[in-house]
Amino acid sequence: MADTIKLEISRYSPETDAAPHFQSFEVPFRRDWVVLDALNYIKDKQDGSLTYRWSCRMGICGSCGMLVNGEPKLTCATFLADYAPASIRVEPLRNFPIVRDLVIAMNDFMRKFQKMKPWLIRKEEKPVSEGEYLQTPEQLDAYKQFSMCINCMLCYAACPVYGLDPLFAGPAAIALAQRYNLDSRDQGAKDRFPVLSQHDAIWGCTFVGECTRVCPKHVDPAGAIQQYKLTAALDWVKSVVMPWGGK
Amino acid sequence: MDAQPTKLRIEPLLWLLFSAGGGVAAFFIPIHLFILGIAAPLGLTKATDYASATAFLAFPIVRFYLFVLCSLPLFHAAHRIRYTLYDGLQIKHLNEVIAACCYGGAVLGTVIAGYLLWSFQ
Repeated sequence: MADTIKLEISRYSPETDAAPHFQSFEVPFRRDWVVLDALNYIKDKQDGSLTYRWSCRMGICGSCGMLVNGEPKLTCATFLADYAPASIRVEPLRNFPIVRDLVIAMNDFMRKFQKMKPWLIRKEEKPVSEGEYLQTPEQLDAYKQFSMCINCMLCYAACPVYGLDPLFAGPAAIALAQRYNLDSRDQGAKDRFPVLSQHDAIWGCTFVGECTRVCPKHVDPAGAIQQYKLTAALDWVKSVVMPWGGK
Repeated sequence: MDAQPTKLRIEPLLWLLFSAGGGVAAFFIPIHLFILGIAAPLGLTKATDYASATAFLAFPIVRFYLFVLCSLPLFHAAHRIRYTLYDGLQIKHLNEVIAACCYGGAVLGTVIAGYLLWSFQ
């Protein structure tokens, strides 16, 4: 096998470029290198101006999400060997504004997260002296999967609905809302309902399922959305059958 | 995405029909395909000729079942085709026309199925 591999990297500098363009780099090919290692090599040895986000390089910080050959991937978990000897194309995540090179602006994503009230909502907090809120293993299992999200935004880059409609709340935000709705310690499902049961939230999803396919942590955002659609639809039936019921 | 006052929404109804239609299609249509498309031609079942098959229609429950089997998957298809056209072909401005044609087609199919099953002697 060749001892180098070619990376075509999307470059964009807002001061000088009208649009992103590709630049090629040759890096040593090593079987134990991931795409992020190659990017770090380029930044250290070839072009210090290359800009990208990364932190933990072990699939937990969610910073290094990029498109690798058009597919949303964590670059710290994407091995060069899986693509060699062909060249590899690295681009910033789709559906987001590009700040510079491979860095995208995540303001919209963060704003949508906050709207979901992703924290434990209690009608009444019990005093610290009464101890913690206990939970059985079964109660933990009800939401644990959705709590594995690392906010890497790969699902937003994969979601064609978010690409078409930037108002769409998106997979991770809805899965996160569901993570708290399903938590036995939380009492905020009613507070989240008006945010979730909107055209721009769950009803915007057309169940393409790409979010679940690309998720590096095996969260199932598509499942969370369908689950909540059922909850909201049953609530709707209840409001039609018993209009006096109230909420 | 901002919380708006809840108004009468049709999306939950359309999704319930879509979802129920998908469930019905996935569970029951394979059974019919197997019985009528595989088992009967291979001679694995008795009494699948036209006369004996239609004799089942004497039972109102069978007529109702067939009505549901025809109708709900039509709404499932309508919903899926609507979004495929809407997102796939990027014809957002024709949304109302597409929705009317898709769900209208499903309603029409339901009415025809209902009429045929009701009037069958």
